[in-house]
Amino acid sequence: MIPELGAAMLFVALALALYGSVAAGVGGRTGRPALVESAQHAALGVFVLVTACLLLLVYAFLTFDFSVRYVAINTNRGTPFYYRITAVWGALEGSIVLWSSMLTIYTLIVILRHRRNARELYPWALSVMLGVLAFFVLVMAVPAPVFERLTPIPPDGRGLNPLLEDSGMITHPVALYLGFTGFTVPFAFAIAALITGRVSDFWITTTRRWTITAWYFLSLGLLIGGWWSYHVLGWGGYWAWDPVENAAFMPWLTGTAFVHSVMIQERRRMLRLWNVALVVMTFSLTLFGTFLTRSGVIASVHAFTQGAIGIFFLSFLSLVLLTALALLAWRWDALGAQGELDSVVSRESVFLLNNVMLVAATFTVFFGTVFPLVSEAVRGVKLSVGMPFFNQVNVPLFLSLIFLMGVGPLIAWRRASADNLRRNFLGPIVVGIVGAALFWTLGVRSALAVISLSLVVFVTATIVVDLLRATRARMRVGESAPRALGGLLLRHNRRYGGFVVHLGVLVVTLGVTGSHAWSVQTETTVHRGEHAELAGYRLRFDGLRASEESNHFKVTGTFTIDGARATGAVLEPAKKFYPQDSSPIAYVDYRLGVMEDLYVVLGDFARDGSQATIKLQVNRMVSWIWLGGLVLTLGTVLSLVPERRRPA
Amino acid sequence: MKKTKFLIGGGVIVLALAYMIYAGVSQSVVYFVTPSELSAAPVAGKAYRVGGMVQPGTVKWEAKTLDLTFTLSDGRATVPVRHKGTPPDLFGEGRGAVVEGSWSPDGYFKANHIMAKHSEEYKAPHDAGANHEQLLRTLKDGSTR
Repeated sequence: MIPELGAAMLFVALALALYGSVAAGVGGRTGRPALVESAQHAALGVFVLVTACLLLLVYAFLTFDFSVRYVAINTNRGTPFYYRITAVWGALEGSIVLWSSMLTIYTLIVILRHRRNARELYPWALSVMLGVLAFFVLVMAVPAPVFERLTPIPPDGRGLNPLLEDSGMITHPVALYLGFTGFTVPFAFAIAALITGRVSDFWITTTRRWTITAWYFLSLGLLIGGWWSYHVLGWGGYWAWDPVENAAFMPWLTGTAFVHSVMIQERRRMLRLWNVALVVMTFSLTLFGTFLTRSGVIASVHAFTQGAIGIFFLSFLSLVLLTALALLAWRWDALGAQGELDSVVSRESVFLLNNVMLVAATFTVFFGTVFPLVSEAVRGVKLSVGMPFFNQVNVPLFLSLIFLMGVGPLIAWRRASADNLRRNFLGPIVVGIVGAALFWTLGVRSALAVISLSLVVFVTATIVVDLLRATRARMRVGESAPRALGGLLLRHNRRYGGFVVHLGVLVVTLGVTGSHAWSVQTETTVHRGEHAELAGYRLRFDGLRASEESNHFKVTGTFTIDGARATGAVLEPAKKFYPQDSSPIAYVDYRLGVMEDLYVVLGDFARDGSQATIKLQVNRMVSWIWLGGLVLTLGTVLSLVPERRRPA
Repeated sequence: MKKTKFLIGGGVIVLALAYMIYAGVSQSVVYFVTPSELSAAPVAGKAYRVGGMVQPGTVKWEAKTLDLTFTLSDGRATVPVRHKGTPPDLFGEGRGAVVEGSWSPDGYFKANHIMAKHSEEYKAPHDAGANHEQLLRTLKDGSTR
């Protein structure tokens, strides 16, 4: 009964969302507040219904309702309690439910926050949001029916994909989807601006916090995904340029460009057209990413059945792009830039260059991701461009971006004088060069690592220079040093929040650089009592033991460290055998450290426990990537605090 | 004058990007081939990905030396493969595998990387039930690597 209730509620939600979208649009056009109010009620109704569906699904999982196909496939009686909840979004259908659910929450917040302060744009923005919502509810109801029944009812379910039995499954999808869906808000306001013709800067200032929030959650989702890849998949890496990763990375890149380019519009009334285009691109890329990863298009290279969902996403994507293009063409004149670039050496240019680089990176990622598909479709040649391609093309782009990150916030607006350049950058450049020399003498021999590290030093120096100068200026009027610094951070929290976010990115950069330059690994077979050695660590193999867990069978190896480093510690990598899977899954064990992680994967073993083959890695500075995420969080919070001073 | 500067700058960036992509693709492109295609015209040193079924009875794994050898087949032709390292979790006789590496002039395929994948052709026959399609989709969602 409950699944039918859920399915029925979805159809009601679909009708409400469609109605609300039209009502809000008509209300906006005719200026009848009653219609807009009615649309708000519809939005509330959709929120209640979608939330109820999510709860029904959770209930079905918790009560092992195997008559629901989705439940039967993604859980079984042995699945632990908390993984039964995360299993709700463990596969396609449920992830769409999660997506819609977040979108309804965002829609409600938009209603609460903006129904009074954005009178003209608001009805249209609401209309767009409900339209997008209607699409996702439609997907839930038709091509990915989450409440579909299964007959005959199996006695037990198949079980969640074992790789997803991880705490990262609680946070990763939630953060990622909060990021994806978050970009719907600036997109909706951009479309509203185009429709109403109020394409000035109002929609940008209104959605600033939304954009930063979405950007932050997307960043967080990517980082947690990297952490999952690192500690679950057992290959010792965190980023593989996999289509799924690229799909989430592309909107992040354009979103990052957007976060920066809106500042130019706010300050200099430039780039109107560009900003609208960027937000349309970002939103479309979130859809495209879902299409790419959920439709089986990518996998079809390796023979995979394609469902109807791909058609739905592709049609909606085309609708979005065509509508946006038509609106852009319609408002072309109004979008003409007001300000003009005065000089190549100016903050505007640097920001513009940053945007060009980010969009270029997006394009290369897009190209590398779809090139194999195009090649197969057009020439019939199956090929792939893997990690080497992405690294080779993107590393120079990212290094340039880091350089620009140091220049952008300090260089003068309009036209930077020689004096301005000298005052701001002479010191940091000298420090950066000294840093490079220092790293070289310390034995860093990879040119790439030296460049990357000295760029990090350079950018850090620019931030320090700026902070010191501003603090000193406040101290001159009689404030104590800590008070001056604190006041600075709070009063100019947008600027300094941005700096802290930049610091976070730098910390992540250090982690990426360090792990690529200095990680080492070995693979070896050891008998019981023998040692495996790597980078000063000695691991003694003490034997194997088998155990029966709630939903799988586990073979664990015991390795005791008895060398000069980390003596006494025990690592227990394992292999897990799930009944629903014909092959085992490695369970990595590791010791995380600030400068290096010791990482052990159990490969092959003799059944009598006399020998084991292990992969041993010492991964350097990977923790900095996760630490960078923390700094990023601090910076985002700081930049979202309401400003104390009146806007200039 | 200013406009020209920006145009030239933009042109330089676009050209540089185009070159980087071109160079990147030509240096890192890997061709997917079947065992028949490979054995028809193997080019030594060229990067390939060969996909096929691991022929039953051909897998030899020496734990001491980490030498793994097996034969990939597509039903018409076979390719002998050598690899240094532990067989991955999903690897097994009678299952599908994709190996990346190059053809050695000594008459075998030298694999640097083995990708044993969950997918249609790789599932054991008894799994092919009513939920087949759905199962695959589910598997794919989680095990994308």
